[in-house]
Amino acid sequence: MRVALKTDNDLHLNRRSFLRVSAAAAGGLLVSLYLDLPAAAQEGNQAPPPKVYPPDAFVHVRPDGKIVIQVNRLEFGQGVHTSLPMILADEMDADWSQVIAELAPAADVYKDPVFGFQVVGGSGSIAHSFQQYRELGARTRAMLVAAAADQWKVGPDQCRTEASVVHGPGGKSAKYAELAEDAAKQPVPARVQLKDPSQFRLVGKRVRRLDSRPKCDGSLKFGLDLDLPGMKTAVVAHPPVFGGRVKSLDDKAARSVEGVREVFEIPLVKGTGVAVVADKFWTAKQARDRLKIEWDLSSVEHADSGQLSAKYKELARTPGNVAVNRGDQNAMDAIAAANRMVVEYEFPYLAHVPMEPLNTTIRFDGDRAEAWAGSQFQTFDQMAIAEVLGLKAEQVTFHTEMAGGGFGRRAVADSHVQREAAMIAKRLRGTPVKLVWTREDDVQGGYYRPMHVHRVEIGIGQDGMPAAWRHVIVGQSIIMSTPFAAMLVKNGVDESAVEGTADTHYNIPNFHVSAHHPTVNVPVLWWRSVGHTHNAFVMETLIDELATRAKADPIVYRRKLLKADAGKLHRALDLMDEKSAPWRTKLPKGHALGISCHQSFGTGVACAVDVSVEDKRPKIHRVTIALDPGIAVNPLTIESQFQAGVAFGVTQLMAKGAITLKDGRVEQRNFDGFTPPYIIDAPVAVDVHIVPNSEAPSGCGEPPVPVISPAVVNALAKLTGKRYRSLPLTAV
Amino acid sequence: METYKLTVNGQPREVTVDPGTPLLWVLREELKMTGTKYGCGIAACGACTVHLGGVATRSCVVPVSLVGSRPVLTIEAMAEDPVGRAVQDAWVSHDVVQCGYCQSGQIMSAVVLLKSTPKPTDVNIEESMGGNLCRCGTYVRIREAIKAASQQLK
Repeated sequence: MRVALKTDNDLHLNRRSFLRVSAAAAGGLLVSLYLDLPAAAQEGNQAPPPKVYPPDAFVHVRPDGKIVIQVNRLEFGQGVHTSLPMILADEMDADWSQVIAELAPAADVYKDPVFGFQVVGGSGSIAHSFQQYRELGARTRAMLVAAAADQWKVGPDQCRTEASVVHGPGGKSAKYAELAEDAAKQPVPARVQLKDPSQFRLVGKRVRRLDSRPKCDGSLKFGLDLDLPGMKTAVVAHPPVFGGRVKSLDDKAARSVEGVREVFEIPLVKGTGVAVVADKFWTAKQARDRLKIEWDLSSVEHADSGQLSAKYKELARTPGNVAVNRGDQNAMDAIAAANRMVVEYEFPYLAHVPMEPLNTTIRFDGDRAEAWAGSQFQTFDQMAIAEVLGLKAEQVTFHTEMAGGGFGRRAVADSHVQREAAMIAKRLRGTPVKLVWTREDDVQGGYYRPMHVHRVEIGIGQDGMPAAWRHVIVGQSIIMSTPFAAMLVKNGVDESAVEGTADTHYNIPNFHVSAHHPTVNVPVLWWRSVGHTHNAFVMETLIDELATRAKADPIVYRRKLLKADAGKLHRALDLMDEKSAPWRTKLPKGHALGISCHQSFGTGVACAVDVSVEDKRPKIHRVTIALDPGIAVNPLTIESQFQAGVAFGVTQLMAKGAITLKDGRVEQRNFDGFTPPYIIDAPVAVDVHIVPNSEAPSGCGEPPVPVISPAVVNALAKLTGKRYRSLPLTAV
Repeated sequence: METYKLTVNGQPREVTVDPGTPLLWVLREELKMTGTKYGCGIAACGACTVHLGGVATRSCVVPVSLVGSRPVLTIEAMAEDPVGRAVQDAWVSHDVVQCGYCQSGQIMSAVVLLKSTPKPTDVNIEESMGGNLCRCGTYVRIREAIKAASQQLK
């Protein structure tokens, strides 16, 4: 799913898209590009009915000169609130200092042009909307130029634009704000000339975030900070085992807490719970603590990490559904036992724990509703709220709130948080209710990166390279219970479980990958970089081990094993090699080098780390990253994503970096039990280098995550002589 | 319910709440100052860090009844504080924030660090910032911005 960047920069209006232009109610020019769903989303629907498009807009040139650009996705750290407007403003030749970015609400017009629904996922924000935002900018510019040309009675080609001003012959000039009303009356050009990349003024430049100051002075309002007149706050008591149901409820003590308004049972996506609604959060939480609930847990599976581990390891000894079968299946048998190895890896459940706890606010007014949420999945969340409230999706006004992280946790196909909020709002008709998940609700609430076991048998050739490879992956499917199953589950294999192994860029001639997807009563979800979290760990630690066994340099070995057409990985490796050489070759005593490289979401990444052992933990002194993401729209954002993304990736290595279950109950409650990296755990310094590349942009949000943990344990292996195949890293 | 007199960002404030209500929720819900964030409620993430009598304090575990006469400073007052302003400016010029949710607490911890240790070492930084979680992982830039603010304040 790559966006093709047209080489001739000559754009034809897509036959299934059209433009709507109107004079803005507040004055100025509004331009919207409305896209129909892509073909994949229309299967089985030969003649889709004509759509009624809402009066939303991407660009608003205000009379005061401000240019308001709508961002068609959630901002939760990844930087699209800055980089998408950059793309549009560049083609538009807008004055960047006058640009204001806004997060768009849920609406058809803001659906991802590739996926067909509104989403942050698959690291696709820039990859999918680069062309879209360029076109929007170019069309807006063309209409402003046409308006100026008409006024001056000159040809548009006699005009040029810069910093929100059209310049014409004879020193004539007009500001965009002055032209906006006339521009709105211009026909939308079917063809526009996109800039030659050499003419970019913003794209490719290190542009600082637009949202920094309000995030540094406390003024930015996240979803949790929302305060509406008359608003109440709700918390929900969830069953201690997923899917459990309330058997009996004694809420006398809870109701006696001053400020409590309602206590009632609600259906959950699985099982039932008890909602407590109060004037304030603290009151609601105090009251919830006083509920006496007897749960019926008899009819649900009580998952247990220890038992799952044993079961998964047993399953891994048998082939699963085939993901890849390349070459000769019997090649392994021809290799002498001394040149064969069998290894087993184990990965725990992981929680996302975004810093801002999950929340959603809804007011239900009978025939319509209004919702506020930091959502990665506006389309589905809006539909879910509508369904609970007996409304149509378009009767639910859905505001996208800035979110404090997410990493996948705010993109849940069953919209369980929004459904809970809607259940509560339905009861409190007319009153806005903010549902808050406490940190304990979050840590214990499921939707984890699934637990996995990998079993790999490798036959090594005379040249020290892998000649035969049999790989079995065991873990719950994330996708099978979602609307994406038809697209992403093939031959019984969830592609997101085998990504990073099945599609490896290493040239392994006899290669067999299969997967088992057991059903377990623990909700699972994509966790930043999804299957790459465990697949890259397995692949990159094994390749490193093979290099060591072959007494080869880990970079040289990888370069030799990579397919010739893995251009992005080759280029990333070469650049990492060059940039890490000055420190890599003279490490202090007690330090070791770790190498990894991995491609995900279209971006090739290579990584070198300098690691020592301090207090029985890995100390990551330095990381050098090189990546090839195609066009780097905002190199500053990319640098930040990689510097911080590798720290996020260290979550996998934390001593308390696991969610475990005993008799159906999650054993961790908060950050004391499930502990993500603090500053002491994160790399001290990270230098990021971007391969110059004019191909269409690929993802940068998730690709930092997979490379770091294998690189670190590859270094640890040198220091301790041990191989690390079971996470979390409880002992070094 | 009890009535408490507080000094928040130099202003006298009066709230009537349950004595066990954490300062965090008094700030957020009674005084409508939402710059101070809820992250965990057990003093494990630092998102709720305020200055209580000049000490970086996790407001999620301090009951309002124990605040007493100690002045409370929050992120909302940092632009008026010379060190606070320098830290905020360094944060902006170094493009530190990503989601930004933890950064109020990070900045409050950094300001106390720089007030006590104007030229912090990496170890000083790790000690003072050690309880502030950033789930995005912006730690490298936090280090750089603290050092830049330190330079600026010389």
